[in-house]
Amino acid sequence: MGDDMFRNVKNEAQRFVDKWAEEHRYQIQDVKFTMYLWRRSRLSLVGSGIVVALIVVSLLAPHLPLYDPFELNVQNRLLPPSWEHLCGTDQLGRDILTRMINGSRISLMIGAMVVTIASLIGLVLGLVSGYFGRKIDEAIMRLTDMFFAFPRLVLAMAVAAALGPGINNTMLAIAVVSWPIYARLARAGALQVKNEIYVEAAKSIGAGHMRTLFLHILPMILHLIIVQATLDMGGVILEAAGLSFIGLGAQPPSPEWGLMVSEGRHYIHMNWWVSTLPGVAIVITALGFNLLGDGLRDIFDVRTRR
Amino acid sequence: MVLVLFGVLVITFLLSHVVPADPIGAILGPQAPLEMVEKIRHEWGFDRPLYEQFVDYVWRVLHGDLGKSIRTNRAVTRDLMNYFPATIELATFSTFLAIVMGIPLGIISAMKKDKIPDHFARVFAISGISIPVYWLELVMLIVFYYQLGLLPGPGRLDPYMTYPPRVTGLLLIDSLLAGRLDAFVNALQHLIIPSFVLGMFGAASIARMTRSSMLEILRKEYVRTAKAKGLRERVVIIRHILRNALIPTVTVIGVTYGGLLEGSILTETILAWNGLGQYATGSFLYLDFMAVMGVTIFIAVIYSLTNLFVDILYAYLDPRIRYG
Repeated sequence: MGDDMFRNVKNEAQRFVDKWAEEHRYQIQDVKFTMYLWRRSRLSLVGSGIVVALIVVSLLAPHLPLYDPFELNVQNRLLPPSWEHLCGTDQLGRDILTRMINGSRISLMIGAMVVTIASLIGLVLGLVSGYFGRKIDEAIMRLTDMFFAFPRLVLAMAVAAALGPGINNTMLAIAVVSWPIYARLARAGALQVKNEIYVEAAKSIGAGHMRTLFLHILPMILHLIIVQATLDMGGVILEAAGLSFIGLGAQPPSPEWGLMVSEGRHYIHMNWWVSTLPGVAIVITALGFNLLGDGLRDIFDVRTRR
Repeated sequence: MVLVLFGVLVITFLLSHVVPADPIGAILGPQAPLEMVEKIRHEWGFDRPLYEQFVDYVWRVLHGDLGKSIRTNRAVTRDLMNYFPATIELATFSTFLAIVMGIPLGIISAMKKDKIPDHFARVFAISGISIPVYWLELVMLIVFYYQLGLLPGPGRLDPYMTYPPRVTGLLLIDSLLAGRLDAFVNALQHLIIPSFVLGMFGAASIARMTRSSMLEILRKEYVRTAKAKGLRERVVIIRHILRNALIPTVTVIGVTYGGLLEGSILTETILAWNGLGQYATGSFLYLDFMAVMGVTIFIAVIYSLTNLFVDILYAYLDPRIRYG
């Protein structure tokens, strides 16, 4: 009796899954094909590995058996790498590895925040621009032109200098300069999709502008945005580190990587590790995101899929 | 372009005038007497309405006057002319290296697609955009200057060397004009580290563009025809593929040149390369707004001019493109 019921439920569930799989056959094929392409490209596998490892480390950072990233210990200053201090200590005797690991939280947060803000602004402006066209389009596109004519880093520096140093202002400054690319992408996508028959069908059964834009057009261009966002993560993290390096970003005693490189550069003559090792963290992070983004772009590229 | 540059003016002006940062406070310090602050505010025109300041500023920019720097107490235009040649020299040399490294890498990468050389070239290209220029410079300084002593340290010339008389401001040219071969060689050695680092950064995008446009053209039918009629591989690559594939690459080179000007900002600080980058960083940190605006506008103009030049070159190289 109980067995029967169990079998019934199981069958029912199985039938439900089968039905779902049948209905979504093409989507499932698509996902499988994507996974296949992803597994095949070694470089993007390496990138994914790096990114996942970074996220795990940064999440676990407070629970790892590490030193205090801020505790000064002048007797231990400028110790070379050893078993006790794997990456040595800095000019104030702080453990460099500890600070690097804590710094990953800062960099990843900056990257994620900036990319989220920039892609949201760009997405909305771009969709509106491509969908409504005419004067709105003209105005928004001229605005993006202006940003493209402007060297990114210089503008970010100007904004950061004007707002005053600090991590929040760094994020704001970089977000201000990075949204236009998303606007362009979203606009191009919207232009391509908006005249498709299914969009017309949606409109003819009474879908409003908002519904059409966000439920029918947005999903079709989301992958473009995601690829761009991944590629941008590396760039944004580099830019943030660069701003901190020249003194317009994070301020001491923050364990921000660019700042650590900058603080250590007065000691490179005798104590190479203080400045170079935090830089390795920047390189690995940027490399991870760029490899992943590059791979993703190939995977989502229509030409590879043919 | 004019519209864009006007926009740039508006943005920089707004940035430097409607911001929480207080340049006068930064110069005089918090203890400065109020009358003095007021007096200076009046002198610099900060007490007038914003639109009046803006109109005034645009008027002066159009007449080639970028104002006076608070930090150096000189005209910003004079400062720019002073510092710019060093950066031009660096950016030009780096672009040259970027082309020399980038194009062959792109070609190899495309010809051996998905084989070992392609992977290697792609990793190199991606590293180029993933490595912070200032960090690579530090590493190279440590290895080649402090440890091996093969290359000279920071600066444009060794400290004991006298500068050749200034004609163009480009050390390589000035030293030749003065017949100073020692200074020429020394300046060249000083260029190696920064221009290699910036060149690698630029080579990344050049290699990437060369690769993808070559792959595009490799699929074309006329390439198959050329191969089918028995032309040698080398002839096909040089005469049929490269000629077409390099057109988009030219665009990227133009953009790279602009990007390297920007990249020099981060490089110059480390190598004590007293060019535009160092001037910009100094002004930004000092909140020297006249200089900040001047530098930003100047770089934006150069940037737009390079883009314009590239567009024209593009139409010239590819007869299929004509701007109506």
